[in-house]
Amino acid sequence: MSTAPTLLSVEGLTKSYGGVHAVRGVSFSLQAGEILALIGPNGAGKSTCFDMLNGQITPDSGRIRLLGEDTTGQPPRTIWRLGVGRTFQITATFPTMTVRENVQVALVSHGRHLFNVWTTIRNFAGAEAGGLLELVGMGGYADRPCGELAYGDLKRLELAIALANKPRLLLMDEPTAGMAPRERIELMRLTARIAREQSIGVLFTEHDMDVVFEHADRILVLNRGTLIAQGSPAEVRRNSEVRAIYLGEGLVYDARHREGAAP
Amino acid sequence: MAFFVVQFLTGLASAASLFLVASGLSIIFGVTRIVNFAHGAFYMLGAYVAYTLTERFAGAFGFWGGIVAAAIVVAVIGAVVEIVLLRRIYHAPELFQLLATFGLTLMVEDLVVLTWGPNDLLGRRAPGFKGAVDFFGQSVPSYDLFLIVFGPVVLGILWLLFQRTRWGVLVRAATQDRDMVAALGVNQKWLFTSVFAVGVFLAALGGALQIPRDAVNHAMDLRVIVDVFVVVVIGGLGSILGAFVAAVLVSELNAFGILIFPKISIILVFLVMAVVLIVRPWGLFGKREAPARRTPGLTVNPWRPLTGSERLAACALLLCAAALPLVGGNYAVSVGSEIAIFVIFAISLHVLMAVGGLASFGHAAYFGLGAYGVAFLAKMAGLPMIACLLLGPLLGCVGAAVFGFFAVQLSGVYFAMLTLAFAQIVWSVAFQWVEVTGGDNGILSVWPERWAASPSHFYWLTLAIAALAAVGLRILVFSPFGFALRAMRDSPLRSEAIGINGKRIQWTAFVISGTVAGVAGALFAYLKGSVFPDSLGIPLSVDALVMVLLGGVETVSGGIIGAIVYKALNIWLVSQTDLSKLVLGAFIVLIVVAFPKGVVGMLEMIRHRHRDGTPKATSLIASRIETAE
Repeated sequence: MSTAPTLLSVEGLTKSYGGVHAVRGVSFSLQAGEILALIGPNGAGKSTCFDMLNGQITPDSGRIRLLGEDTTGQPPRTIWRLGVGRTFQITATFPTMTVRENVQVALVSHGRHLFNVWTTIRNFAGAEAGGLLELVGMGGYADRPCGELAYGDLKRLELAIALANKPRLLLMDEPTAGMAPRERIELMRLTARIAREQSIGVLFTEHDMDVVFEHADRILVLNRGTLIAQGSPAEVRRNSEVRAIYLGEGLVYDARHREGAAP
Repeated sequence: MAFFVVQFLTGLASAASLFLVASGLSIIFGVTRIVNFAHGAFYMLGAYVAYTLTERFAGAFGFWGGIVAAAIVVAVIGAVVEIVLLRRIYHAPELFQLLATFGLTLMVEDLVVLTWGPNDLLGRRAPGFKGAVDFFGQSVPSYDLFLIVFGPVVLGILWLLFQRTRWGVLVRAATQDRDMVAALGVNQKWLFTSVFAVGVFLAALGGALQIPRDAVNHAMDLRVIVDVFVVVVIGGLGSILGAFVAAVLVSELNAFGILIFPKISIILVFLVMAVVLIVRPWGLFGKREAPARRTPGLTVNPWRPLTGSERLAACALLLCAAALPLVGGNYAVSVGSEIAIFVIFAISLHVLMAVGGLASFGHAAYFGLGAYGVAFLAKMAGLPMIACLLLGPLLGCVGAAVFGFFAVQLSGVYFAMLTLAFAQIVWSVAFQWVEVTGGDNGILSVWPERWAASPSHFYWLTLAIAALAAVGLRILVFSPFGFALRAMRDSPLRSEAIGINGKRIQWTAFVISGTVAGVAGALFAYLKGSVFPDSLGIPLSVDALVMVLLGGVETVSGGIIGAIVYKALNIWLVSQTDLSKLVLGAFIVLIVVAFPKGVVGMLEMIRHRHRDGTPKATSLIASRIETAE
């Protein structure tokens, strides 16, 4: 792990809205192939953090370095071109296209054919799109209208779209929010498998501690805009401050209890 | 100095009426999210009814009572319209609501002429305010002074109404989140009706108060609605204080613009609006617009290219159309040419609206620029027809490139308003720059050369170009570019997150669309043999919108059918009846209420129902339920 290159390094990230300090001096780094979870109570600043990493919000101060390049304040599309895939807390897909076309648009953009007006999109990466859909278990849905998919399938489609530019880093904001318990575990196992196989770094936020403790290599805990703890799942679970603020005392989160639940 | 002060006071007096109408529009938009195009019609009705009442009842009481009674009568009419028509279309896309209220405007225009006759009517002077006040040797009508005071008084009353009454609180709450207000148990239907009635009351009052200052006529609705759109856009849709400030600003610009820049006085207001929209896209006092609501119940059937047999059918239809000169006379053939030209115009806008989700309210600008481009080249440079047809549309292309760059920075209603403003600027230039454009007299005798001079040859030329344009734009829809454009319409957030530079894509689409509209305009110049500022005007832009919506904005090629149906109906009605606007307006309203998907959308839906007998959807749901358990 220590020999893997640093994908993402964040130093002193800060953002305020009026008098509210949403994020204060957050610093961390992420290695290739590492799965890093960002947790914390509601209003801790997780989404603000995410939106700054993704370029949707410009930080007040601090620096973000992605793959060695300073991306502070760059727009999302520039960050995407560097090799970052993104999924949203509330899915964002193209409802008037088929599932396959959703992925094809991302592939077309990756191949820089966006201004091609003279051929049909059918000739563009249909097979590659099919492959990505197979990978996330959506192969059978390729020609369905995206608008009629169930929510869990939309989440998987988003993953396929996010993988279209062969990313080095995945940013996933609450990847399993709004899903049934079994679907959550399936989706995160799938993500983790793909990430390990292709050595993709993953940063995700999540409220489901089962998911977090099963898959995260490392956990960052955010409270009121500041990082109060980071470390391995075991370290974070033992941290008394984290227990007091977020995890609570009585519960013991243990991924092994969940093993039997998944198929 | 005194002269400028008087000019300033005149501006303030004009602002009062404008503010009343604009605040009404703003209140209605805030709660119902309907951009009420018929607001000008209610303003006009207010003036006409007030005229009748004040003529009937003499004296101070008769006059002032008549003004208020007129506003109340029109407000009741407004409430009835809301109950009968608008309640049925609150869930339709925003553009359809605009279209329905436009249809209503057309109907009112003919009804007004039917009731009060076509001539201008001069109303009475206001009792108690008949004289003028001397101001350093300049006289100011005392009625103007009354209006100057009246405007702020209404602003104050509205402020009290919204801040201090239960109804006002509900209205403000509904403006922020009407679904939440409904969830709290408020009877939304009557809230909407009352808001609409209040808005219409203000519009009618504004119209009624104009009668001592101005003649009442049946064109005042369109004139005021354009001004009012400008006012609410500058002030910010939904903001009453914004409407007041903007009404004063616009009126003063008009008052002083005529003194300082008599040539470009009309442009001045639109220039200010364009600048405001670019610097503060949601207006001076407005709030950032919430993203347009996804309309429930609309189809999400992904578009598909035509199958082989459908292509054959399209070719056969084209051949049938090409046979028209063999069966029809010269009149029928020239009508055919006109329809073909409008097909090109409609599909240029259709691509922008259906694929890009960008509703241009000033598309005639690029049509007209193409026409003027041809006229300049033919008359001044004396180029041959082929060269003119190839180069003329480039003027539309350049116009679309310049205006489109600014317009795509905005979206939704504000995009529509900015395109409208740009079209109005182009129209003013054509209208006022007499040395070059001939102004109102236009540029005459732009006739086709001999090889295309006969009606049938010209018809075949336009038909061929229309077919090329239709095929070309269809290819574009299914190209990677078309998908990028749709991606931007479907989800700007996701588009940006997969590296699409949405503004650049939309700008390119705008330029392509404007160029194709320019081609239509170029042909139109040759068809009519002349070019007038009319071909840049708002009515033509609205025609294009109607054609697109009539065909169906969710279809790939609905614009073609929409143009044919609308244009044929229009030409036929004008030849058959004096009340063509009434019939056309009623037809539009009927289409919106009964066939919100447009003609082609309807046909496609029927076809889908026939094809989709298989229980695919249910099995899909069943499989999801299975895995969820």
